[in-house]
Amino acid sequence: MAAEPAIVVDGLRVRRGGRPVLHDLRFSVAAGSVTGLLGPSGCGKTTLMRAIVGVQIVEAGRVEVLGAPAGAPPLRSRVGYVTQAPSVYGDLSVRENLRYFARVLGVPQERVGEAIETVVLGEQADQVVASLSGGQSARVSLATALLGRPELLVLDEPTVGLDPVLRRDLWGTFRRLADAGTTLLVSSHVMDEAEHCDELLLMREGELLAAEAPDALRARTGEQRLDEAFLALIEQREVAQ
Amino acid sequence: MNARVTWATALRVLTQLRRDPRTIALLLAVPPFLLSLLKGAFYSDPKSFQHVGGPLVGLFPFSTMFVVTSITMLRERTTGTLERLMSLPLAKLDLLFGYGIAFAAVAVVQACVTSAVAFGLLGLDVVGSTAAVVALAVGNALLGMSLGLFVSAFARTEFQAVQFMPAIVFPQLLLCGLFVARDQMIGVLQIVSDTMPLTYAFEALDSVTTEGSLGSRGALDVSVIAGATLLLLALGALTLRRRTA
Repeated sequence: MAAEPAIVVDGLRVRRGGRPVLHDLRFSVAAGSVTGLLGPSGCGKTTLMRAIVGVQIVEAGRVEVLGAPAGAPPLRSRVGYVTQAPSVYGDLSVRENLRYFARVLGVPQERVGEAIETVVLGEQADQVVASLSGGQSARVSLATALLGRPELLVLDEPTVGLDPVLRRDLWGTFRRLADAGTTLLVSSHVMDEAEHCDELLLMREGELLAAEAPDALRARTGEQRLDEAFLALIEQREVAQ
Repeated sequence: MNARVTWATALRVLTQLRRDPRTIALLLAVPPFLLSLLKGAFYSDPKSFQHVGGPLVGLFPFSTMFVVTSITMLRERTTGTLERLMSLPLAKLDLLFGYGIAFAAVAVVQACVTSAVAFGLLGLDVVGSTAAVVALAVGNALLGMSLGLFVSAFARTEFQAVQFMPAIVFPQLLLCGLFVARDQMIGVLQIVSDTMPLTYAFEALDSVTTEGSLGSRGALDVSVIAGATLLLLALGALTLRRRTA
């Protein structure tokens, strides 16, 4: 594990629409790891990811990414962010989308073919994105984030709506990227996905319940299944309150 | 700013437009169609057709680029592509100038087709050069584009964006002097029309089509069109946020 964490979050508070969404979060994410950000829908996962990418207005706290304040201009080519809704041009083909984003990033056009292969969209490369399925457009969005070979990839629910085979393949890709040194922060509301992660951040109602490795979580709660472990944590906390 | 990114953005916008042939057909066919209607409507008053028709050739691109740009930019906002672009190494001006180049290119084609029909088939006479009319049309297209970029920030849906056309473009068309000479309007409206950029666009076109040159107020007209375009682009850039709530 590298000495410098890829992400350091300290005392982060965010309000949206006058309502507190994130309450005083503190954690760090090790470089070169796959960290799962898990929790039910609406618990603040997306807001936390937006704060890490630097597109969220925050109320208080420090968010440091790759040694710079989140959202600092030099980070724009070092951090890749994939939103939950595919943010690509529906009226362009897969290849046209990727070509455009490659030009914006200033990376060689060969990366376009590589990225298409990584997300297994070779057969659809010349199709207009609007004609693809939801899962396929989500992979186009992922491919655009891979173009710049970012050091940190922040992926918001990248596996929603994918069939089990593709999901497994995608987690395989994430693992390969991490082995090559990329840090990945991947959110999901499905606890099965926690198995693929080195570290877990468990969130509920804007608070962090746990930040540890899956095995440490099992040992602490005495539960083998991670969803049971998550429930045990929630119960413990309710008893404590 | 970066020429590579600006250019890539212009090509991307044009490719998107190419995917929508019906919109291209409408952009090119509607202005000549409307001018033909106008010629028929002014059948017994050809002088009025000459007075209104010439400047209109140069005003159509203003309104079409206003609508096209406000909808395109609204789509960038609602589909999340704007947020993605704002998280990438892309300067706001790259995006705005990319749009500018793309829509200026469309405006050139639109103005050429409209002029060819108006001055060729419909018998409109222009005292000045048709090239000057086309050049002013492109300037007006850029003015409409920057106004559309700016107001798109205030629309949440395409329904709202479309309503900005009657709300923001029609008053300028009514008061710019095209339908009624400005010195015949009630005083307060003359002052209002002084503040509207389309008034200057009309005056420049009117001078070229009826007098043959931009005339004594030409410099003022052209600088107001250019100044308003730049001001609106700057205001538009302010509405592109890297961080949102």
